[in-house]
Amino acid sequence: MSDQHDNPIRQAIASAIAENDVILFMKGTPNAPACGFSARTVGALQALDTRFAAVDILPDPRIREELSVLSSWPTIPQLFVHGELVGGADIVTEMFENGELAELLGIEAKADELAEPPVAEGGLLQIDNRL
Amino acid sequence: MPDAATIKARIEAGIPGSTAEVDDWTGGGDHFQATVTAEAFAGLSRIQQHRMVYDIFGEEIGGPIHALSLKTQTSRSS
Repeated sequence: MSDQHDNPIRQAIASAIAENDVILFMKGTPNAPACGFSARTVGALQALDTRFAAVDILPDPRIREELSVLSSWPTIPQLFVHGELVGGADIVTEMFENGELAELLGIEAKADELAEPPVAEGGLLQIDNRL
Repeated sequence: MPDAATIKARIEAGIPGSTAEVDDWTGGGDHFQATVTAEAFAGLSRIQQHRMVYDIFGEEIGGPIHALSLKTQTSRSS
């Protein structure tokens, strides 16, 4: 396929980041992460009871390519809060453990409450392939 | 196939004055964990610090280096 004017996938990603306060690009889904790093990141968000949108990047390799162009970040997962890249699994885990993630998300710290991760409520977001 | 010693040497060459401790997580030569200590990180956000390290490897991250887990710091904390 050639020559999509203006790159619809990149636009869809940029809109998703702009429209969702907390959005995670990951491998797999929150309920079925397909990679340990994605699983760890979902775990941190769920432990804080955060609503977040999730995008599975696996169905179309172009999602990952375009995302990395937009974010200048090479790996998956990538967490965005209020339109800004927070980081991948390492940074999110570190921020979860030291309370910065809760602070960023406007949640009272309760990092010691690790049990019963709620199901992600933000819903699964699909970037459709309409090419 | 990169090994931990190569990754360490490249990080230390890429960020002058840095020291890196690198482990091969799985023993398979594609999942690495690195702790990088560098004064050059001072004043930078974590994102910027990690990007400095990722930039050394460019396209290799996600390719031959399947995963490079990072911890960055400006001085030895432990």
